[in-house]
Amino acid sequence: MHFSPIFILDFGLMAMLLVVAFAVVRIRSLFAIVMLQGVYSLLSAAWFVSLDAVDVAFTEAAVGAGISTVLMLGAMLLTDRQAKPIPVHQKMGPFLVVVVAGLAMFYAIGDMPAYGDALSPANAYIGAEYIEATKREIFIPNVVTAVLASYRGYDTFGETVVIFMAGLGVLLLLGLNGNAGKWRAKPNGHNIGEGAPTPARNPVENEPKPVAKSTKAKRTAKKTVGVKS
Amino acid sequence: MSPHLVLRVVAKMLIPLIALFAFYVQFHGDFGPGGGFQAGVILAAGIILYALVFGIDAAKKAVPPSWIRIGMSFGVLLYGGTGVATWMLGGNFLDYTQFAPESTHAAGQHWGIFAVELGVFCTVTCAMLAIFYAFGSRTPELSDEDW
Repeated sequence: MHFSPIFILDFGLMAMLLVVAFAVVRIRSLFAIVMLQGVYSLLSAAWFVSLDAVDVAFTEAAVGAGISTVLMLGAMLLTDRQAKPIPVHQKMGPFLVVVVAGLAMFYAIGDMPAYGDALSPANAYIGAEYIEATKREIFIPNVVTAVLASYRGYDTFGETVVIFMAGLGVLLLLGLNGNAGKWRAKPNGHNIGEGAPTPARNPVENEPKPVAKSTKAKRTAKKTVGVKS
Repeated sequence: MSPHLVLRVVAKMLIPLIALFAFYVQFHGDFGPGGGFQAGVILAAGIILYALVFGIDAAKKAVPPSWIRIGMSFGVLLYGGTGVATWMLGGNFLDYTQFAPESTHAAGQHWGIFAVELGVFCTVTCAMLAIFYAFGSRTPELSDEDW
């Protein structure tokens, strides 16, 4: 085994990914978890750069570390600040699944082609054809763009429609203005939605709750979000 | 949010650069890494940064929600329309060579890729902003202990 700078870099990035993953599992503060997920995405992006997958790294940094962190923060602000501790006996099932899936992946490592192997299935047949034909047929240096936009234009059209449908679905459910303040909810006891209180369909939901019943009030508030959205 | 002076100043300096970088990624995607999807996400991230620092109402003044509805649909229509245009010119769906069949350096491919990447860019930017506006409009003002 040789210790080239790239090897040490990859090893360091993998080690940091592992530490961040364990931290995400152990920490209870949702704010810290969201931030650590952003860190995880950024580390993955750095690792993709070291694997020469610049396009993937780009996407990972922008989507994983940027947009999804913000969306998770927005979702967190609507719910709770702390995750509830899970009793150990409920953790055994997921742990078993993780162990089995991990062992299956270790078993599969033997079949992985070496990094940069020109004869691996991904590089040999149609991949080599694309790389060769792009120069001749499309005259652009970036083969990834040529494959995405031209050779696989149908697939990219499908992806665009998927993104459109995702946005449309969220708009149909929530509305661009969050129903323009026509609804009220009280996660963690503080009020959301500055608009005038609408005539409630179920008057019980809008009654001020005593402090002692805070968990029940929280549950009702969540239900309110679900009902009125 | 008035106490966060450093954040405001730094964000004001960064947002134009983020937008510029997004357009660079968009229009240089044929030659370097990136393309419509990455550029759209980067531009949306810049606008979301503006919304986070200056408030979502200021962001809605800068990029009104009505643009978002139009932009989301326009992107898909531009992509699909490019395919329909190649049909009308006598080729297959998304067969860009039809735009310039005589070209020796695949100009038709360049135009086709430019058009569809622009469509992807529009849809992705607007869909990301739509999701952010939908969630962000429901979020209460951040209190100081949340930072």
